[in-house]
Amino acid sequence: MINGLEVIEVENITRRGSYLTDTGLGSWLFTTDHKRIGLLYLFTIIFFFSIAAVAAAAMRLNLLTPRGDLVQAETYNKLFTLHGVLMVWFFLIPSIPSVLGNFLVPLMIGARDLAFPKLNLLSWYLFVIGGLVALYALLVGGVDTGWTFYTPYSSTYSNTHVVIMALGIFISGFSSILTGLNFIATIHKMRAPGITWFRLRLFLWSLYATSVILVLATPVLAILLCLLAVERVFGVGVFNPALGGDPLLFQHLFWFYSHPAVYIMVLPGMGVVSELVSAFSRKRVFGYKFVAFASMAIALLGFLVWGHHMFVAGQSVYSAATFSILSYLVAVPSAIKVFNWTTTLYRGSIRLDTPMLYAVGFIGLFAAGGMTGLFLAALGIDVHVHDTYFVIAHFHYIMVGGMVTAFMGGLHFWWPKITGRLYPEFFGKLAAIIMFIGFNLTFFPQFLLGYLGMPRRYHAYPDQFQVYNVLSTAGASILGVGYLMPLIYLIWSVKYGKKAGPNPWDAKGFEWETDSPPPTHNFEVIPVQIEDPYNYPPIS
Amino acid sequence: MVGAYIIAQFQFGPDQASSLAGQVDALFLTLLAITGTILALVAVTILYCLARYRRNAQVDRTPIPDSSLPLETAWTVIPMFIFLGMFGWGATLYFKKNQSPSNATEIYVIGKQWMWKVQHLQGKREINELHVPVGRTIRLIMTSQDVIHDFFLPAFRVKQDVLPGTYTTQWFAGTKTGSFPIFCAQYCGTYHANMIGQVIVQTPQDYEEWLSSGTTEPAMALSGANLFRSLGCSGCHAVNASVRAPLLNNLYGSPVPLQNGQVVTADERYIRDSILQPELQIAAGYDPIMPSFKDRVSEEELTQLISYIKSLSKSTDR
Ligand code: HEC
Ligand SMILES: [Cu+2]
Ligand SMILES: [Cu+2]
Repeated sequence: MINGLEVIEVENITRRGSYLTDTGLGSWLFTTDHKRIGLLYLFTIIFFFSIAAVAAAAMRLNLLTPRGDLVQAETYNKLFTLHGVLMVWFFLIPSIPSVLGNFLVPLMIGARDLAFPKLNLLSWYLFVIGGLVALYALLVGGVDTGWTFYTPYSSTYSNTHVVIMALGIFISGFSSILTGLNFIATIHKMRAPGITWFRLRLFLWSLYATSVILVLATPVLAILLCLLAVERVFGVGVFNPALGGDPLLFQHLFWFYSHPAVYIMVLPGMGVVSELVSAFSRKRVFGYKFVAFASMAIALLGFLVWGHHMFVAGQSVYSAATFSILSYLVAVPSAIKVFNWTTTLYRGSIRLDTPMLYAVGFIGLFAAGGMTGLFLAALGIDVHVHDTYFVIAHFHYIMVGGMVTAFMGGLHFWWPKITGRLYPEFFGKLAAIIMFIGFNLTFFPQFLLGYLGMPRRYHAYPDQFQVYNVLSTAGASILGVGYLMPLIYLIWSVKYGKKAGPNPWDAKGFEWETDSPPPTHNFEVIPVQIEDPYNYPPIS
Repeated sequence: MVGAYIIAQFQFGPDQASSLAGQVDALFLTLLAITGTILALVAVTILYCLARYRRNAQVDRTPIPDSSLPLETAWTVIPMFIFLGMFGWGATLYFKKNQSPSNATEIYVIGKQWMWKVQHLQGKREINELHVPVGRTIRLIMTSQDVIHDFFLPAFRVKQDVLPGTYTTQWFAGTKTGSFPIFCAQYCGTYHANMIGQVIVQTPQDYEEWLSSGTTEPAMALSGANLFRSLGCSGCHAVNASVRAPLLNNLYGSPVPLQNGQVVTADERYIRDSILQPELQIAAGYDPIMPSFKDRVSEEELTQLISYIKSLSKSTDR
C-alpha cells in the first residue's frame, strides 16, 4: 500500500473547475470521463424513454374503447413491440447502471475513473448505434412480434423488419457486456485504501451483482438473436417445426437471458434504495451483510428460474414443479431486503425529502409487485393468469413501480452532485406523489383485468373489460404529468436552482466529500476509508 | 340508479364454470389474504416509523444493533415455509390440470391464424365455437397449423399453448350450462385479438341434438379409415400385407419398444410423429421402410387418421 500512497501523492491533481467546465461538442463526444459518459447515457435514455412512452400513450388511448378505435391492429402490434423493446433494452437495462452507475462507481470507491475509460465510451457508442438501428427498423415500417420475438411467428410468419430490430438489440448487448466488465474490474481493482468488501457501499454491491448478470446472460441473447436471423434469412430450421426446428428452444434461450435481465432491471434500484433509506434516516442499513448477500443470491438464483415463463408452453409437470419451487426461493432474498429496509427506519432520524418519498414508494410498489410474483409462481394460478394483464401489471409494478421509481429517487438524490444545483423541493415532492397515484391507478386495475381473463397484446377486447381499461388509461394520463414535471424543473434547476455545496444532504460517502459538481479527476487527494461507510453519528 | 349502473360495470372475478375454477379461486384468495396481510403490516410499520421518527420529533432513539441474526433468520425461514406451502398447493392443482382423467370425451382443436377449427369424434365440425355437454370431462387434443396460439378458457381457469408440429392436450369439465369465452392468449400476429370464440356448455340432450343437426360428416374414425386405405397405409399395415409392418391394433396407449432400446408410450404425439417423421422412431424389429407423409396429409386428415388408429384399441372405449 505504501507504493500506492506514493503514487497518489504524485498524481495529486489540483485543477480548478469541474467536469462540466469544457463545453465544446468534441469535449463531450470524445470524453472518457465516467461522469460525462453517465450524462451522455442520461440524455440518450431520456430520448428513448420518450418515444417508448408515446407508444404507451397511444396504446392506452386505443384501449379506451373495446373496439380499439384509435389505431389499426397492425399499428397496435407495432406499438407494443416498440414500447417493449425500447423500454427494456434502451431504457431500463441502462437506466441506473449506465447513468447513475457510471457517474457514481468511481466516486463511491474513491477512484479517478472506471478501470477502462475508453471502453466505457465505446459502450456508449455501441448503445447509440444499437438504438439508431432499432429506430431505423421503426422508420422503415416497424416490427410486430412483441419484445419477446416468439418463434415461429418472428422467424417465419411476420412480414415486418424483425432482423433489423434484432440487430439493434444485438449491438446494444455489447454495450451491456462492456459496462458490466468495466464495473466488475473497477470494483475489484480500484477501491481506495480501506474499502474492504464489507465496507463497500450497498449500491456497489447491487451493481456488482447486476454486472455479473450482464456479462453472463447477455451473450446468450446475442446467440439467440443470431439463430433467429439465420432461420429468418436463410431458412435454416432452428425454431420452426415446419423446418425441423423446435419453437420451445427459442423460449428456453430467450428466458434464460430475459429472466436474469429482469433482475438487471431491479437490482440496481434496490441498491439506490438502500442508499436513500440510509441517508434519510441517518443510520446504517439494518443487516448490511444480509442485504449485500441478498443481491448476490438474487443474481445467481435468477439464472435458474427461466422456466416459470413456460408453465403452459408444454413442458413436463416435473420441470414445471422445479421451476416453481426455485421461483419461490428467489423471492426470499427480495423479502429479506424489504424487511431490512423497514427495520432501518426504526429509531432513525427521518426526513421525507423527495428522494426519500421515492424510496418509500419503491418499497411499497416493489413489495406489491413481488407479492403478485408469488401468485404467478403458484402453478395452478399461473395457468389461469399467464399471458393476461395480471402479468403485465405484475412486471410493471417491478419495472416501473420499482426501477423507475428508484431511478427517479436516485436522480434527485445525486442531482446536486451531478449539476451542483438543488432541484425545487416542493415540485419534487409533488411530482413524486403524482407519479405514485398515477402509477397505481394505471396498473392496479390491470390485476383485476388479468384475473377476469383479458389476455395481453389485445388491440380490441370484449365490452366487459372496458371499465378497468378506462381507469387504467386515466391513470396513465396522471402518470404522464408526473413524468413531465421533473423533466421541466430539473432542466430549470441547472440554471436557476440554488447552489448545492458539496454535501446538501449531510450524507456519508466519498461522493459527498468532493465538490459539486466534482472536478474532472474527482478527488484532489484520494480518500481513505477509515470506518464503516454508513457510520452516522448517534442521534441525540 | 346511476350508482347501481356504475357498480354493475365492475366485475371482480370471472365466471366459475368448471370443477377446477373454485379450487383455483380458493388458492388465489388464500394467497391474497396472506400477501395482503404481510403488505399491510409492512406498510403500517413504515408509516408508523416515518411519523414517529421524523427528524424533529423528540423520541427515544437509543441505537439498536445494526444487525440481528435471530431476526434475519426469522424473516428468512418463515417466508420460506409459507412459500413452500404456496408451492405445494399450486403444484397440486397443476398436476390435476395436467392429468387427463380416463374416459373423457375427446375433441380435436386446430388453431390457425386467426381461428379455431374444432372437430368432434362424431364428425361434426365447428369454427370458433366449442359445444360440450355439461358435466362430461372433455379432453382437447390441440395443434396449430402455423404459429403458436393458446387456447384459454377463463371461466374454466385453464389455458394451454397450442404448438405447431405437435399435440398438446388439456381437459376440463363444465359445471353449468351457458356460453363462455375462448381467447387466444399467445400473441399470434395481426388479428390475435380477434381469435376469440365461445364454449357452449349444453345439457346432454341438447348436445346430442346439436351433434346430429345440420350437415353431418362421417365420424372421424370412419374418415380416418378411408384415408388409411386411400393413402396406402393398409397396404403395409394389414395382416395379409406383402411387407412386414406392425399391426396397429391396440397400439394406442401401449408401450412401444424402439430399435434404439427406448420404450415409449404410443400417445397422439407418437402416432403423429410416426406418420410424419417415421425415420425418427423406428419400432423394434422392423425395417425403416415407411415413407414420410409430411406433405401429403393435412392437420385435419392427421387427426382423423389418429382417431382411426385409436379406435383400433380395445383398451380405450373411444
Ligand atoms: C411402405 C409400408 C408402409 C406404409 C405405406 C405405411 N407404413 Fe406405417 N410403418 C411401416 C413400418 C415398416 C413400420 C415400423 C417401422 C417404423 O417404426 O418406422 C411402421 C410404423 C408405423 C407406426 C408406428 C407403429 C408402432 O408400432 O410403433 C404407425 C403409427 C404407422 N406406421 C402409421 C402409418 C400410417 C397412418 C400410414 C399411412 C398414412 C402408414 N403407416 C403407412 C410401414 C409402412
Ligand atoms: Cu422470469
Ligand atoms: Cu393469438
